[in-house]
Amino acid sequence: MAAYTEEELAKELQNQEYEFGFTTDIESEKIPVGLNEDVIRLISAKKEEPEWLLEYRLNAFRIWKEMEEPDWAHVNYEKPKFQEISYFAAPKKQYESWDDVDPEMKATMDKLGISLEEQKKLTGVAVDFVMDSVSVATSFKEKLAELDIIFCSFSEAVKDHPELVKKYLGTVVPSTDNFYAALNSAVFSDGSFCYIPKGVKCPMELSTYFRINEAGTGQFERTLLVADEGSYVSYLEGCTAPQRDENQLHAAVVELIALDDAEIKYSTVQNWYPGDKEGKGGVYNFVTKRGICHTNSKISWTQVETGSAVTWKYPSCILKGDHSIGEFYSVAVTNNFQQADTGTKMIHLGKNTKSTIISKGISAGQSHNSYRGLVQINAQAENARNFTQCDSLLMTDRCGAHTFPYIECKNNSAKLEHEATTSKIGEDQIFYCLQRGISEEQAIGLIVKGYCKDVLNKLPMEFAVEAQKLLTISLENSVG
Amino acid sequence: MDTVTISEKVEKFVSTLGKPLDESRNSAYQHLLGLDFPTSRDEYWKYTRVGKISKGGFKLPTTQSERINLNDYIVANDYLVIENGIIRSDISQYSKLNFDIEFVDGESVQQFDNKVELNKDDIFTALNDAYFSKAVQIKISQNKVNEGPLQIIYVEQGEGFVANNRIQIIAEKSSSNEIIQTFVSKDGSSNFVNHLAQYYVEENAQLTIHTVQNQAETTSLVSTTQVKQEANSTFRINTITMNGLLIRNNINIAVEGQNCETYMNGAAVTKGKMHVDNHTFVDHQVSNCMSDENYKYVLGDQSTGVFNGKVIVRQDAQVINAYQNNGNILLSDQATVNSKPELEIYADDVKCSHGSTTGQLDEDAMFYLQARGISKDGAKQLLVSAFINEVIDSFSNPQLIDLVERLIEKEHGWSF
Repeated sequence: MAAYTEEELAKELQNQEYEFGFTTDIESEKIPVGLNEDVIRLISAKKEEPEWLLEYRLNAFRIWKEMEEPDWAHVNYEKPKFQEISYFAAPKKQYESWDDVDPEMKATMDKLGISLEEQKKLTGVAVDFVMDSVSVATSFKEKLAELDIIFCSFSEAVKDHPELVKKYLGTVVPSTDNFYAALNSAVFSDGSFCYIPKGVKCPMELSTYFRINEAGTGQFERTLLVADEGSYVSYLEGCTAPQRDENQLHAAVVELIALDDAEIKYSTVQNWYPGDKEGKGGVYNFVTKRGICHTNSKISWTQVETGSAVTWKYPSCILKGDHSIGEFYSVAVTNNFQQADTGTKMIHLGKNTKSTIISKGISAGQSHNSYRGLVQINAQAENARNFTQCDSLLMTDRCGAHTFPYIECKNNSAKLEHEATTSKIGEDQIFYCLQRGISEEQAIGLIVKGYCKDVLNKLPMEFAVEAQKLLTISLENSVG
Repeated sequence: MDTVTISEKVEKFVSTLGKPLDESRNSAYQHLLGLDFPTSRDEYWKYTRVGKISKGGFKLPTTQSERINLNDYIVANDYLVIENGIIRSDISQYSKLNFDIEFVDGESVQQFDNKVELNKDDIFTALNDAYFSKAVQIKISQNKVNEGPLQIIYVEQGEGFVANNRIQIIAEKSSSNEIIQTFVSKDGSSNFVNHLAQYYVEENAQLTIHTVQNQAETTSLVSTTQVKQEANSTFRINTITMNGLLIRNNINIAVEGQNCETYMNGAAVTKGKMHVDNHTFVDHQVSNCMSDENYKYVLGDQSTGVFNGKVIVRQDAQVINAYQNNGNILLSDQATVNSKPELEIYADDVKCSHGSTTGQLDEDAMFYLQARGISKDGAKQLLVSAFINEVIDSFSNPQLIDLVERLIEKEHGWSF
């Protein structure tokens, strides 16, 4: 089947009549702040969940209570007060009218080339555009339904496909995994569920952006993506537009399962509110992302991280099956007082497994950007191969760039390479550009683009263009 | 004084040692009681378990008067012998003109500690501080250049002793010299060597430390080295480990003056169940310095190699070049290697990089050599020697290189 292009989509939209009339806002119901078993029962009841899922949540909560918040990451922040958070999804703050929206945010979105309609949707201003969004989503849904691809919100999946959810939930990231994964397992609000049947190549990029009823997935997002034997899917998460959120703490869990011969490409662009220029406010983004690769399968993580005050994120691959492949491509940009501790884990279990890690960090302002990665070759992983490259670029004399790679090898047929460099942009490079009439700001943009090219090339096309613009904007006025 | 809860392991460990006899060690002893042995949950000790040491049962050594034949190990005209942490001036021989050596205690040790600070919260440092017998203070006087290397031979013998070596060396302004350290064991010995060395490199001075570690396969060694470098100084430390049970080397270098150079080279050739762990830490506090580090491991049998190199470049320490390289060859399918090269950079005008590779002997190269009539074992030796000679060459002293090669042949049957 031919790829579903944007033109086709536009045409379809023009010809389509709007079916649904209007959308209703889900009433925001707040339950008392704090976390205890009753709150979890209440969340579960409100979502009309089956008994086993409630048990799953309660079990996770009991595990979480025994855990302590980790502090090994190279970040400093005020620990969230878990008893002062309301755990039932309150929809995102809606602006009353377009005039209330922060002008700085509008300007940014203009620069990103986002249409006015989209801008309104993204900022949560209630407009007619929502209808279009529903139509877009519906037309996508029909295409997907033809191929038996399931792509819906997590709550829907629990209702409609409980057997699949039950089979795979928590198999890659168990509740016992870490503090925030346990918390997420106990109180997850909603998220996405995706299942690609055997042998199906998903014809379009699946994007959460197009999923209906998007508003209010809340702060504890749960994503479960299963690619059955021989299938292929490319999944996009997040979007380049700046996202503001009332919730300071975000603790998502993403689980990917690539069964035999399957391939999953998971791309993320994250641009949560990073706090103001003095470093006040901003989102804490503590995410657990992990995929498991069965025989001959491949998982590829690509991420562009520009937002959040504190990021703590390690998209990982467990290469369980023989001949499986894990990839990680990342660009992380920090500015002002942002702090990022990101990286990946590649756990080689199967024979002839391969992994590639390309990580590019850019620190500006007074921010700190750390790469923390693990490459682990187990004793039975014959002929494992890893290549790691992590580079850091320093833009000012007040920022920090750090690398903490862990390389563990228990097999003598493995070949592992790791290299890292840290430096600033060469004055000679800038001088070269200046000589040729390119302004300093543009020159830096050019150099940064070239520096990140290896990763940006891995993004789906539309995303890549936006991501490049996003990089330029994130680093504006940041050169010291 | 506040009452502290004493960890069971520490209590057991000190029970066989008893309280230090000297009153002046009391505060160090009390400090020791407040600490605990590290576990794999401590990031700094993630890959090295110290159960073989913390199980305790060690006694403090008593002096032995028998003669020890060290002829095989002596490579310099001037040498100092330390047996089980106790100085043996009777069998040492050195020129008093060239080396100002004193065996001290109390106040003098304290004064040196003020110059080169210790990490008192490290349990092995605290243990040494409480129990060392006499510290060896060596002064390389101002403007003295290349008055021949001084060799220090640390020999341990017997069973169940803890040998606390304490070395304090000052390289005064514009001096230049080499110190050779050899760690050896008498046959059948089984002890724990807790080595603590402090080096103070003054302005314009150059100090080179060569360390050859060849303990008995039942002896553990924890070696902690604290270095402070002043402006325009050069410090080199080369370490090779060939045998021992559990070997842990901590090298902490504080570069406090500008225009300094720091070089660290290390190699480990392992067999049996050896565990070799090298932790290096370079703290670049000021501008215009460089550091270069190269560690190579050749791991056989069920042995484990650990490398953790860390470089910090502090804020405002501009124009720093720092390089780290770690190469590992696994000769056996039961050998393990854990490598963690770290960079923490807080300044922007820097060039820092690290590389780490892990693999096996190149099959093509092995084939090439065998096709030319070299035996399989010979081809292996040739490739291994090519791999670690980079480090061995840094020993620069021909007698010392000869010693290293002899020991490799003795321990591993390889002649380079």
